[in-house]
Amino acid sequence: MKSPAIEIRQLVKSYQRGGESVPVLRHLDLDIAAGDFVALMGPSGSGKSTLLNLIAGIDKPDSGKLLVSGVDIAQLSEHALAHWRAQNVGFIFQFYNLMPVLTAFENVELPLLLTPLSASERREHVLTALQMVGLQDRMRHYPGELSGGQQQRVAIARAIITDPRIVVADEPTGDLDRSAADDILHLLTRLNKELGKTIVMVTHDPHAASFASHIQQLEKGLLVHAIPTH
Amino acid sequence: MGSRYFLKLIFRNALRQRLRAALTLVGLVIAVMAFGLLQTIVQAWYAGADGASVNRLVTRNAISLVFPLPLNYRDKIRQTEGVSAVSYASWFGGVYITEKNFFPQFAVEPISYFSLYPEYRIEESQMREFLHDRHGAVIGRRVADVYGLKVGDVMPLRGTIYPGTWNFVIRAIYDGAQPSTDTSQFFFHWEYLNETVKKTIPRRANQIGVYVIGLRDASSGAVVAQRIDRGFENSLAETLTETEKAFQLGFVSMTEAIVVAIRIVSFLVIFIILAVMANTMAMTARERVAEYATFKALGFGPRFVMSLIAGESLLLSLLGGAIGIALTYPLAREFGLAMGTLFKSFTVSSETIGLQAGISLLLGVVAAIVPAIRAAQGSIVDGLRHMG
Ligand SMILES: Nc1ncnc2c1ncn2[C@@H]1O[C@H](COP(=O)(O)OP(=O)(O)O)[C@@H](O)[C@H]1O
Ligand SMILES: [Mg+2]
Repeated sequence: MKSPAIEIRQLVKSYQRGGESVPVLRHLDLDIAAGDFVALMGPSGSGKSTLLNLIAGIDKPDSGKLLVSGVDIAQLSEHALAHWRAQNVGFIFQFYNLMPVLTAFENVELPLLLTPLSASERREHVLTALQMVGLQDRMRHYPGELSGGQQQRVAIARAIITDPRIVVADEPTGDLDRSAADDILHLLTRLNKELGKTIVMVTHDPHAASFASHIQQLEKGLLVHAIPTH
Repeated sequence: MGSRYFLKLIFRNALRQRLRAALTLVGLVIAVMAFGLLQTIVQAWYAGADGASVNRLVTRNAISLVFPLPLNYRDKIRQTEGVSAVSYASWFGGVYITEKNFFPQFAVEPISYFSLYPEYRIEESQMREFLHDRHGAVIGRRVADVYGLKVGDVMPLRGTIYPGTWNFVIRAIYDGAQPSTDTSQFFFHWEYLNETVKKTIPRRANQIGVYVIGLRDASSGAVVAQRIDRGFENSLAETLTETEKAFQLGFVSMTEAIVVAIRIVSFLVIFIILAVMANTMAMTARERVAEYATFKALGFGPRFVMSLIAGESLLLSLLGGAIGIALTYPLAREFGLAMGTLFKSFTVSSETIGLQAGISLLLGVVAAIVPAIRAAQGSIVDGLRHMG
């Protein structure tokens, strides 16, 4: 087994609802190897998104260890965490979350504005990323002028533009038809195989999960079993 | 972030809800314009006092301005220590065509009077013509402009205090040395008034309204005023002497309540547009919660999100302010013309423009505060849940 990219120990997370504390993740342990492609499955409300958000550093656990690439991100300040995310995590959302007022090119360029790259260097990177997702000819289009599948491909280009080690995807095909979904899943597989990205994908669709190398099943805040897919 | 990229975002965001942005902008323009106009009205109200000199004293009847003073006080005043010159004026109070056409009319002793008022600029040849014509009159540039009058025109005034119709011939038009100089007045020969009064109402002859006094030393006003008033203590008509500025402010204070009301209204207008602006920004920010969360997830800090909102708010408020300021000029000009000679001078001051610009800036900042803080503090996870 390769060195773990993500190491989770005794992770606890609960939400406050009406003055009551509702446990979502209870003392969860999980290892994800570098270069792995993991599908998180489980019934609705089982805590898949919560776990993914914690791994991506956009939410904070109540307790437990959350080592990502050797850094315990649970201990980072808000500011340090934002910086860490910009460098280490690529995000793919169910509803793409592109900026409607920015063109495909500008959307992909967005994360690079937090780097010291020059405009011409940024342009080069953006064109490469758009080429990878096959949308160079659509770079001047606004999200509203693109299909769902195309928007998600722009989002994938945005997710990899800073060359992060980890890509998180929450139901990336949840809003797409079968053929568009397959395009996205093939792209994710390529990110994993060709670029060596560690991918954590939340899905409730077994077909989508079959593209992953492992499936982790969540139930009521605990991992019930891990299934290798191949 | 590159500033070009940032500005692009701000501009495109501002244009997203076109109708809402346009309506807010129209509101801003109207509010800034209304504020500027009301401010100009308040200033015009005080213009007479502002243009007044501290070099001159005005002596009136101590009981009230409506009571006259005897003409023979003149020599005693002139001999008072610290006085350099004396002139006098009587309020005529005539009506030109209709009551709506208000402008002050004074019967004055011309040579001494105009030498006390060097800010009334009169061409020498016109002045000579005026001095030679007993029925001649000098009018200010505003009066000439508003009523379309020129030298040589006959101007009939219907007397209210002094009965009858008085026909004057315009012999001179005076200009102001400064924009704030009052050019909305009408002057004629006190001699003409007095001779007519001698025939019609003899008991009112040889009386004047106020003395205007030139000071040797501007800083001695208070002392000289006291000296003059003491000289007429226990006489038939006691006097009250004050600086011209204080005299003019005395008029203004009679209408202080109106000025206060105008000021209140002008700030209410700003307060209302602030509420509109704040609502626009709050709605805008609420609709974009998921976008702000996405920015933050990608690694942009809370300050960036705040500056997105503040930038858009400032863009709106400063654009509205700029248009509002630009439109204040024509609005004030039209309004000033419509009001005729009611105001001594009606110009938009640089102080007013400064206030309008400052208020626009403040509106942009204040309207953005709450939504910006909210967006900056909001949790990413909650923000992302707003999507779809
Ligand atoms: N911000 C939140 N506030 C309160 N409850 C939440 C919040 N986020 C998630 N939950 C609750 O936590 C549980 C797990 O949610 P989630 O991780 O989104 O589940 P999944 O993605 O597996 O459907 C659900 O019961 C959900 O209602
Ligand atoms: Mg979920």
